[in-house]
Amino acid sequence: MEPSSSPSPKDLQRIYKSLRLIRRAEEEVARIYPSDKIKSPVHLSIGQESVAVGVCDVLEAKDAVSGTYRGHATYLAKGGSLKGMMAELYGKDTGCARGKGGSMHLIEAEANVLGSSAVVGTTIPIAMGWALAAQKRKTGAVIAAFLGDGATEEGAFYESLNFASLHKLPIIFVCENNGYAIHTPISKRWATQHLCQRVATYDIPTFNIEDGDVFSIRNVASWAVDTARKGGGPTFMECRIYRWREHVGPADDYHIGYRAKTELEPWMQTDQVEKTGAMLDAESRAAIDKAVEKEIAEAVDFAEKSPFPKARALMENVYAG
Amino acid sequence: MPAKAKAKAKPKKAAPAKKAAAKKPAARKKSAAAAAKTGAGAAKAADGRLLRYVDALKEAVTQEMERDPDVFLFGLDVDDPKGIQGSTLGLQQRFGRERVFNTPLSEDAMTGMAIGAAMAGMRPIHVHIRMDFLMLCMNQLINMAAKAHYMYGGQVKVPMVVRSMIGKSWGQGAQHSQGLYSMFMHVPGLKVVAPSNAHDAKGCLIAAIRDDNPTIFVEHRLLYPTEAYTPNEAFTVPFGKARVAAKGSDVTLVGVSNMVVECLRAHELLSEAGISSEVIDPISLVPLDVDTILKSARKTRKLLVVDNSWLTCGASAEIVARVLEAAGPDAGIRVQRMGFAPTTCPTSPNLEALFYPNPATIASAAYALAKPKAKPWKPDAKKAQLAYQMQFRGPF
Repeated sequence: MEPSSSPSPKDLQRIYKSLRLIRRAEEEVARIYPSDKIKSPVHLSIGQESVAVGVCDVLEAKDAVSGTYRGHATYLAKGGSLKGMMAELYGKDTGCARGKGGSMHLIEAEANVLGSSAVVGTTIPIAMGWALAAQKRKTGAVIAAFLGDGATEEGAFYESLNFASLHKLPIIFVCENNGYAIHTPISKRWATQHLCQRVATYDIPTFNIEDGDVFSIRNVASWAVDTARKGGGPTFMECRIYRWREHVGPADDYHIGYRAKTELEPWMQTDQVEKTGAMLDAESRAAIDKAVEKEIAEAVDFAEKSPFPKARALMENVYAG
Repeated sequence: MPAKAKAKAKPKKAAPAKKAAAKKPAARKKSAAAAAKTGAGAAKAADGRLLRYVDALKEAVTQEMERDPDVFLFGLDVDDPKGIQGSTLGLQQRFGRERVFNTPLSEDAMTGMAIGAAMAGMRPIHVHIRMDFLMLCMNQLINMAAKAHYMYGGQVKVPMVVRSMIGKSWGQGAQHSQGLYSMFMHVPGLKVVAPSNAHDAKGCLIAAIRDDNPTIFVEHRLLYPTEAYTPNEAFTVPFGKARVAAKGSDVTLVGVSNMVVECLRAHELLSEAGISSEVIDPISLVPLDVDTILKSARKTRKLLVVDNSWLTCGASAEIVARVLEAAGPDAGIRVQRMGFAPTTCPTSPNLEALFYPNPATIASAAYALAKPKAKPWKPDAKKAQLAYQMQFRGPF
C-alpha cells in the first residue's frame, strides 16, 4: 500500500461536512425522539461516523454501499437524501422507503445505497451479489459492504468471504467493530480476537485500523477500491470504533452496567468530527456548520409537513409489476 | 500504516454427507405409457412434440439465456457430469462459466448473492437438487427476497428463480422427500409454482425467469422422465391460472405437483367404478386460481385436495379454506384432504408406500366422498399399480 498523501483543503471540507452532517442529523433525531414523532427504532451511529465517511469519500457515484440497521451514517455518507431519511423515520409517504421500512431499512437506489437490514449479516451476501453483477457486466464499479462485529459470527459472513475471494469480486468488507453486540462484549463471543487473521486465511488482504481516524480509514479504503476496480478482488477492513449512545434509542446507557464510561472517554478525546473541524480555518468551518444546520432544519420541516401514506399504500408493492 | 496480512488457503472441495447422494449416477427409465398421459390436458400433438420434463426444464433455460444476457444459472453441482439429473447438462459448455457455474456448499450466502444480483438487474436461477436444502436459504428468502420490493418502498425488484426438486421412492427418506412449498406460500412477496408436466414445466420456468418477483419453482423427481407435448418455441404458462386436466361431474380432485399424475390415474379407476371425477391442476400455488377450483366444486359439491406434502398449514388447507370462504355457507360443498402421513418419511419401501397417497387410496376416498352411503370401495389392486409412472430406481 502506498503512503497516503495529505488531504487537500477541498477534501478536508468535504469530509468534515459529511462527518458533521451525520453527527448533527443524528443528534437532531435524538432530540426529536422523545416527542414520539419518529415512529421507528433508531440505532444511532454517533461516534462511528468516520468509518462510513472515510470509506464513502473514495467511492464514485457508480459504486455502491450496503449497510446495517445502524446505517444512518452509511446512507448519508454515500449521498442518501437526508429529507428521504428523516421522512422515513417519521413514517411518511415521502420517506426513502415510502414509510414502509423505517430507520433499519434505508435505501436510495439512485445513490447506489442498497437497502439495509435488521437481520445481522443478511446484507453481506446481497452486497456480494451486487458485486457479482458488476463483475459480469464489467461496469468497473465496486461495493463497500458495511457490517458490525456481530455479523462476523454469522455463517453467511464466512460463506461470502470464501466466494468473494474465489471469484475475485469487487467488494470491500468494512467491519465496524464497536466491541458490542447489543450489550454483549466480544470477550463473551469470540474464541480469539484475531479477526483479521481469520479473514486472511481466505487469501483476502486485511487491514486493522484501531483509532477510528477518518484519514487512515480513507487511505486504506482508497487502496481497497483501486484493487477491487483493477480486478484484484476483495479487501477486509476491521475498523475499531465506539458507539457512544445506547444500542437502540436516543440516550446513553452507561448506567445499566454492561460497560463503563471510561471506555468512552478516549474516543471522545479523538472525536473525528471535532478533530477534522479543527483542521479547517474558522471561517470555512462556520460556513459548513451553517449549511449543515440549514439542511437538517429543511429535512425536519420536510418530514413534519409530508403526508402519511394513504390506506391503499398498504397493499402496494407486495409484488413487482 | 495498517498491517497487511496475507495467507494462502485454498478451500478444498469436499462433499459432506448430505450431498453425497447427489454424486451417484441417476437411473432413468422411460415408459412409453408415461408419455401421453402425464401431459393430459396440457397440450395436444399439434402444439409441439413429446418432450420429457427434464428436457423441458433445460430447454426453457437455454432459450431464455439466449434471449436475455442477464439470465444466469448457478447452484451446487449444476456443472457436474450428471447436471442435476440432466436438467442442466451441457449448459455450461453452451453458455460458458460466466453464466453457468457451480458454487461452494454455502446455500445461505449463495441465496443472498442471487438476491443482490437480481436487485442489480440480473435474472439469476438458483438450482437446488433437493427442496430440503432450501431450509438453509430461509433467512435470505423470507427476510430479504420476499420483502425487499415492499420494505424498500418499491425501489428494488428481485427477479430470481429458485429451482428445487422433491424426491420420492427408493429410500429418499426424511431429508430428500419434503414438499415444503407451503412454507413459502405463507409469506407475501414470493410466488410459488409446481408444474406437473413437461409443457407446464417449460412454460412456467420461462414465466418465472421473466417475472420481476422471486419465484420458488417446485419440481418433482418422478416427473422428470414423463413426457408431454410441448411447443418448440419459447412460451409462458401464466401464473394464477389452474387447468382442468380431466373433466368430470361427480367429484373434484385437486392434485399438487406429482399428485396431479396420481389423481389422473385415480380418475381412470373411478370411471371404471362409474364415478365421474374432475381433476384440476392449480399449476401455481401463489397466485392461486381459486375460481377454477370453486367452479368445479360448485358443480360436483365434493372437493378432494391431494397434496404432495403434509396437511397441517399446507397447500391443501389453503385451497380448501379459500374455496369454502368464497363458496359461502350455502354451497353445500363437502371437502376432504389427503397428503403425506403426519410423520417423517421413512425409507423402508413398505412403510414408504403407506406414507404417500396413491391412485388406489385417492380413488377410494373420492368414491366415499361421491357416494357417502355406499359401501367402501377399493379398486382392483393390479389396475391400481403405478404402471404409468416408473418408480425411481437407485443408485441415486
